[in-house]
Amino acid sequence: MTALRLIHACAALTAAVCLALTLWTGIDDPGVALAFGVLIAVGELTRWSGTGARRTAPLGTAGSLSYALLGPDAGHPTGHGAAQVVTVVLAASLLGGVPHIWCGRTPTLDHLARRVLTAGFAAVCFQPLFNRGAFRSWDGPAYALLLVALLVLTALCDAVLAAALAHSRTRWRFGPLLRDELRGLLGIGSAVCATGAVMALAVAVAGLWALPVFCLPLLLTQLSVRRYAAVRATYRQTIASLARATEVAGCTPTGHARRVATLSRAVGRDLGLSRPELTVLEYAALMHDIGQLSLVDPVPAGATATLPREAQRRIALLGGAVVRQTGVDAAVATVVERQADPYAEQPLAARIVRAVNAYEEKARDAGPEGPLMALEELRLATAGDYAPEVVESLARVLSQALSDPARDG
Amino acid sequence: MEAAVPARAQGYVACVALLAVLCVLPLHATRTPWWALALLAALYAACEHAVRRRFGGTFYPVLLAGAFLLPPAAAALVPLPAALLAHVEHRPVLPRRVWRAAQPVLAVWAAAQVHWALGGRDAVVAHAFPYALVPAGAAVLAFCVVLTALDGGVLVAAERVPARRAWRGLLSRSLAPVAVHGLAGLMMAVLWRSRYGPVSALLVLLPMCVSCWVFAQYHRERAAHQATIRALVQAVDIKDGYTRGHSERVGRASVLIARELGLDDERVEVLRFAGILHDVGKLGVPTRLLRKDGPLTPEERRIIELHPEYGHEMVRGISFLGEARAAILHHHERLDGSGYPYGLAGGQIPECARVVAVADAFDAMTSTRSYSRARPVEAAVRELERCAGTHFDPRMVTALVRALRRHGWHPAVTADDAPHTVPAQQRAAGRRSGAHR
Repeated sequence: MTALRLIHACAALTAAVCLALTLWTGIDDPGVALAFGVLIAVGELTRWSGTGARRTAPLGTAGSLSYALLGPDAGHPTGHGAAQVVTVVLAASLLGGVPHIWCGRTPTLDHLARRVLTAGFAAVCFQPLFNRGAFRSWDGPAYALLLVALLVLTALCDAVLAAALAHSRTRWRFGPLLRDELRGLLGIGSAVCATGAVMALAVAVAGLWALPVFCLPLLLTQLSVRRYAAVRATYRQTIASLARATEVAGCTPTGHARRVATLSRAVGRDLGLSRPELTVLEYAALMHDIGQLSLVDPVPAGATATLPREAQRRIALLGGAVVRQTGVDAAVATVVERQADPYAEQPLAARIVRAVNAYEEKARDAGPEGPLMALEELRLATAGDYAPEVVESLARVLSQALSDPARDG
Repeated sequence: MEAAVPARAQGYVACVALLAVLCVLPLHATRTPWWALALLAALYAACEHAVRRRFGGTFYPVLLAGAFLLPPAAAALVPLPAALLAHVEHRPVLPRRVWRAAQPVLAVWAAAQVHWALGGRDAVVAHAFPYALVPAGAAVLAFCVVLTALDGGVLVAAERVPARRAWRGLLSRSLAPVAVHGLAGLMMAVLWRSRYGPVSALLVLLPMCVSCWVFAQYHRERAAHQATIRALVQAVDIKDGYTRGHSERVGRASVLIARELGLDDERVEVLRFAGILHDVGKLGVPTRLLRKDGPLTPEERRIIELHPEYGHEMVRGISFLGEARAAILHHHERLDGSGYPYGLAGGQIPECARVVAVADAFDAMTSTRSYSRARPVEAAVRELERCAGTHFDPRMVTALVRALRRHGWHPAVTADDAPHTVPAQQRAAGRRSGAHR
């Protein structure tokens, strides 16, 4: 929790100092400050709350970055300093958050801290130098490139910050989290940065009219992202229902697929899989038993781990054939198909599904000693069936879950 | 356009091409900023290549920026290289290529002409906001009008679509996205003419590209989602060979009834899913019972009658299905209360369940089952009308009869349309596993 405390303390300190400085010196160019404040507040208002979306308020982020990097306004130089930037961003974000709190959504301080720190970073890099006239020789295209370079730097810092926050909240490994954040920069992150630069430049050329004109394309992007998140959510529900088919059919005990999926995801995260790989792993784990639907006589209790190897592979192949029809990523079908192969020939996701499935089947009815005995069995069988590194990771994940049962692994 | 292009379509394309050439002709008389034209044309070709190849959409900001920056005859040249270089998937290649080149040339020319006439160029150079929005808006409108007029024309000429249907809704559908692209194009033009130069204008394209990318992802994910719904149904088909295509057909019949009842589009869509998924609970019934030839014992019948509850249990977690979940649970209820699982009567049965019940019975009678041969549509309708009021809601039966009279019944469309090889393997695999027992 120390990193979390540190980041929050830094953000609070920055905000307090900037607020005091602004109150001391007064506000330069109140019209510009008001326009950007409204933009950030509107961006914050249209923020959606979803777990899947990383950039939760692209318009607000782009607005605060462009205010931090705003040089001239319609040709006349502006005089606002870094402290004023942080103050305006903070006030607008808080105002835009009020309706969300009113509706009963609990706000997290994380995104506010990130917003304050990144806007502060960009402003500190840019505003003092600009106000002192250091960029007077950088006119023309070089100025545009300078803004882009500053934004890239800011985005990198923001990614590190986000990964650190996520790491201290969830205790997942820092490396994969940072990699996911950096990969996210290529998608919507690049759009946010480019919009920030364009808005700063466009206001420099055309004045504040540029703000509403260029908001609209980014709002469109935000809308597409939201619809994408919505369809992903329903898709996931449908996959989960398809996975429940085996339970309704009496092939497997209730909740088996869901438990295997949750545990597989935790193990995959522990082994450092990326976000798309985790999605493939989760879908494959949800549907790993789907091949049993094609059997005329169900396997007793759906326990495939104790079947002869040939039968296991046949069920896996049948399952792969069903999954191929579902239109999911072909990688999911491959994982389902190869879950019964010896681990040396398997992709990592298939190794995870196989080991976790076996653990779940062995541990579920074995009483309080079950988990330990199941792990022991898996360890003894690692010679051919279960990959040792996956079993060790499983043991780590389980011991973490035991020591901290409140946290969702 | 089919492989053999009708003469009037060829004539139409030739006319459009001739007009396009006429638009470009005054080029020698105007002072053209050639490097800007070349840069914009190359940019458009690159964007079009990336966007069309990867995401299957169109990308107008560069075209409209060209219309805002260049004189009309020069702006008209911007889309040309992209159209000439692009890959044409279907034959005949030549008329298609000419058409794809000539159509945007005319549209961009019209937009640039309107923009020029309203003094937009000076507004862009002087960054005179908000006035710059007026000529830009008019240009976007002109662009849209020309595009849709030409599009409708080619539908009429090549595919013999009636003129009124060809143009209906085309303009209103395309105006909003083109307007957003127009704003991006305007911003691009303003930045291009500013002292920050074309480099800053390029930055505008990045968010637009990302937007296209996310939109394409959305469509891909939605298609995958629908395939998964179908897979739920196919899982039933694996168990119960005789019902192949039954689910799809019940979905279609439910849609027919829902349209006839005048339900709104959203509920029609939900009813389609309700029809497709109504028997999904059969997954929970042992395969041996589903495939049994000959009469069922009362015990076996009770087990089969559990399938609506199994189905409801399965789709409970899919929130977008909405009232379709109730339809799946209650599609075997009868109006007089003699149905299952709950024995609801009359208005207690949800409306959508009453729709699916009629559609289900109709398709069961008109298709071949293990225990009976298919009956003709008229006989099935007579049977439905006989049972209306006791088993079925008379309103739904009348709606189905009316819809059948209007549209006919073409049950050829089945799940067999789906790629064929995999189900065949699966059935073979299912048989193998049967042989193993």
